[in-house]
Amino acid sequence: MNILLFSAIVWAGACLAGFLGSLTGLGGGVVLVPMLTLLLGVDLRYAVGASLVAVIATSSGAAAAYVKEGFSNVRIGMFLEVATTLGAILGATAAAFIPASAIAVIFGLVLIVSAYLARRPRPVSDRQLPPDPIAVKLMLNGDFPEGEGLRHYNVQRVPLGWGLMCGAGVLSGLLGIGSGAMKVLAMDQAMKIPFKVSTTTSNFMIGVTAAASAGVYLGRGYIDPGLSMPVVLGVLAGSWLGTRVLVKTEVRVLRLVFALVIFGLGLEMLYKGLAGRF
Amino acid sequence: MASREWNDRRIEDLVGNLLRAGVLLSAGIVFAGGILYLWRHGLEPAGFNVFKGEPSDLRSISGILRDTFHLRGRGIIQLGIVVLIATPVARVALSILGFIEEGDRLYVGIAAFVLVVLLYSLLSSGFAG
Repeated sequence: MNILLFSAIVWAGACLAGFLGSLTGLGGGVVLVPMLTLLLGVDLRYAVGASLVAVIATSSGAAAAYVKEGFSNVRIGMFLEVATTLGAILGATAAAFIPASAIAVIFGLVLIVSAYLARRPRPVSDRQLPPDPIAVKLMLNGDFPEGEGLRHYNVQRVPLGWGLMCGAGVLSGLLGIGSGAMKVLAMDQAMKIPFKVSTTTSNFMIGVTAAASAGVYLGRGYIDPGLSMPVVLGVLAGSWLGTRVLVKTEVRVLRLVFALVIFGLGLEMLYKGLAGRF
Repeated sequence: MASREWNDRRIEDLVGNLLRAGVLLSAGIVFAGGILYLWRHGLEPAGFNVFKGEPSDLRSISGILRDTFHLRGRGIIQLGIVVLIATPVARVALSILGFIEEGDRLYVGIAAFVLVVLLYSLLSSGFAG
């Protein structure tokens, strides 16, 4: 296969990755790594480097729209980034002592259970809960566009959410993938933030988490321009499309797509963990 | 509280514009480099199945800049990737300015902390040389 054809195939795959990534708040890596390694036989290290580039591109490309339209909550994002960046450093340090394969198996099981939980909408009674005093102090509560107007929401269980975000950071430091899923789940299931706000705020945050480890990947020579070129251009096109679609799509459908993608990610984690590929 | 609402909208606008500018700049550079790269190497076989690691000039900022001045396609693409990586970092830095303007000390502290950790992990990796 020549480089021209290879680039065209990667570009098309990256479009899909950017589309699903921006729609679900998971980043583009979930789709990209299996496609590059299993379908195109790309070495895992190049694939991981390309996936990192894809995550940053999805995040920044889609967040530009989501922030302006009032979906992403900048304060929630900032406050939780403290936890994820600290967690990422902890995870990278702990990687030398903890068997990553065992973590991958546990994480895979957690994702499969979460896929089941996340596919159902939360009860409407959740919306009437009184505000968490910590959320008030940190000014995390906000509103987002729904239907013709704005819907207000109160953020719940801030300490639990913060702790889970630390865990998301540790996972990304340890496994290099999958922190987007933990982020969405922590905001949606634990902090009871509306689903569209959870996915778009996760999307806003993952760029920072990924940028933190980008230096290491560049320095080790994992980021190849020949791969990055179709990946960046494809992901940006796909994520732009994703932002157009998210606005109009019902939450029920978005939850289903999210559940399917994290179910796939869970299986991938289980397989890799059991095969000892971390 | 009305003024806070107004200011948060302003921060959201600033951050949104910055992200858009960073992404478009990066995509433009990558696209230009990509055309050069495909023009010169498009018909060669793709060899990503064996990991060789990037040559040293593509692993550091100074090397990437040198390649760009020599109009090497791969160096130019890599410059676009560096712009892409810098975009979220610049986003955090810009929101510090926004929160300062808003007089929100708590969030100036939170954003500054994130920026320091981010720069630490980026710069300690050695590619900034």
